[in-house]
Amino acid sequence: MLWNKLTNDNQILGFEPAKLTKRLVAGASCILLLSILASLLLGPVSIRPDRILFEILDRIPGISIDSGLSQVEAAIIWDVRLPRIVLGLIVGGLLAIAGASYQGVFRNPLADPYLLGVAAGAGLGATVAIVSGATNGEGMFDALPIAAFLGSAVAVGITLAVGGAVARSTSTASLLLAGVAVASLFTAIQTYIQQRESATLRQVYSWILGRLSTSGWDEVIMILPYAAVSVFVMIGMRGTLDVLAVGEEEALSLGIRPERVRWLVIAAASLAAASAVAVSGLIAFVGIIVPHAVRLVVGASNRIVVPLSLIIGASFLVLTDLLARTLQSPAELPIGVVTAFFGAPFFLFVLRRSDGII
Amino acid sequence: MELSKETKISDGLDIDSITVELGDKKVINSVSISVEAGEWLSIIGPNGSGKSSFLRAIAGLVESQGSIRFQGEELKSLTPQMRAQIISIVPQIPIIPPRVRVLDYVLLGRTPYLGRGYQPTKEDVNLAASVISDLDLGKVANRFVTEMSGGERQRVIIARALVQQPKLLLLDEPTTALDLGHQQEVLELVDLQRKNLGLTVLSAFHDLTLASQYGTSMALFVNGDIARSGNPTEIITEESLKEIYGANVLIHKEGAAINVLPKRQ
Repeated sequence: MLWNKLTNDNQILGFEPAKLTKRLVAGASCILLLSILASLLLGPVSIRPDRILFEILDRIPGISIDSGLSQVEAAIIWDVRLPRIVLGLIVGGLLAIAGASYQGVFRNPLADPYLLGVAAGAGLGATVAIVSGATNGEGMFDALPIAAFLGSAVAVGITLAVGGAVARSTSTASLLLAGVAVASLFTAIQTYIQQRESATLRQVYSWILGRLSTSGWDEVIMILPYAAVSVFVMIGMRGTLDVLAVGEEEALSLGIRPERVRWLVIAAASLAAASAVAVSGLIAFVGIIVPHAVRLVVGASNRIVVPLSLIIGASFLVLTDLLARTLQSPAELPIGVVTAFFGAPFFLFVLRRSDGII
Repeated sequence: MELSKETKISDGLDIDSITVELGDKKVINSVSISVEAGEWLSIIGPNGSGKSSFLRAIAGLVESQGSIRFQGEELKSLTPQMRAQIISIVPQIPIIPPRVRVLDYVLLGRTPYLGRGYQPTKEDVNLAASVISDLDLGKVANRFVTEMSGGERQRVIIARALVQQPKLLLLDEPTTALDLGHQQEVLELVDLQRKNLGLTVLSAFHDLTLASQYGTSMALFVNGDIARSGNPTEIITEESLKEIYGANVLIHKEGAAINVLPKRQ
């Protein structure tokens, strides 16, 4: 064997290793763009699609077209539909990339972003806020998302503190078990409060089922910093997750510090999930089906799956939200119901076609 | 990129009284041994005698007391990344991730050389590709590792270890899962690399015949300590195997080669 008989091109094997190619990103971005466009053009209030397109073009610097939209119609586009679409993009992307990262770091295909107590903690926080009447405020100072965020931070914090203290070994099992226990505890408290204050039962339920209704751009602005930080970390760690796939001990022998990777990724993914939950309630299923659907198409490499999950997750949630607000318009379906109702059969279909290679 | 000939001139591995504790049990008890650069040390001993723990301690995968120096450098003071550029270890039961192709799996061996994003460069890919074709895996390089036969899989794992460009290769019972033909194939392959690249090899063995045929020297572990070390012919005797393994064997010598034959009484 000669290390130095290296050529400039990989002519020996004739194919390339797993890599996020421009083609994949372009393909996913097309799906994203189409989802955004569809969501912008369709809605309970019917506005002529060509006029919406003109209205958007008009806002691009250097182009000036009269869209012919009334002020109310323009406001519907810019202050109702668009912020909601952007929020959907962020929440869907966060949940999917967090799911992909959790599955990578736990080496478990069933790991989802709510795993370590994010959902139960947020549920308790939100319930407390609703019951205590702190949610009547408008805009930035609405206490509900803050309470939900704090709830999930506390729950995940307890899980990591307890599970992490045990899991000095290479096992992540104690972390998962701690997560299960913490989630049960928080759910129990949440249920107790919810049952005692039955007047707000409906409001609590509607939060739990998830929704993307917004009051302008406030929610977007609120979670943007957390979204940016957590996505930055998860995208940065995606290559390391591929090394971690051979287990923590082998990863260490390859020069990685597995514990550091584990904590960083878990912290970032939990932050992402908690921010998403804070503004949207519990939207089921996105964190599981999107990464798996991506995996079935492009293979198991986290280098590819993690960033593509972000894009596809964003598209998926925007599209399901479109269904949620148009199917029974003017009434709205809870988005969590729609993601599961359409997501589950789709996933079963993909799973069946994949011959079970998950 | 190159494992130059100069690297093998200096001294080899010097282990000075290392102790490994798992829980409150000492699994390695103050072991000292030296291995010359470019030599092959076969490590034998009954189950639970500390063979694996010894290798894992050298690779820095378990904590140990004492000193482990390679070419004069204390390995324990290195970062995992620096250590991984010197040592590669083939574990007894490697974890094979699902749906990972041979090329991508072998490229994991380049991890200690990659920058922050852990994206292999063209040079890394070319190196992996040349090792893959040298190990006769070119035709299967596009297949999933999980779908391969035991012999092919073991070659893939050794390819990953070689792509790491180690100076010290640690093998933990590398042939346990293989049939006889594949056992010889894998060991010949390692021996060829040892001779070509000046690798220092430490390998734990279950099979005493193979251990003595491939090792240039040998260490017999008993209860976390080296009971005997030296030339295989001095260690593999009917008496010592009776005493330590509780086994009845017939030793058949053919020139320098030793064959250990189980004997039924």
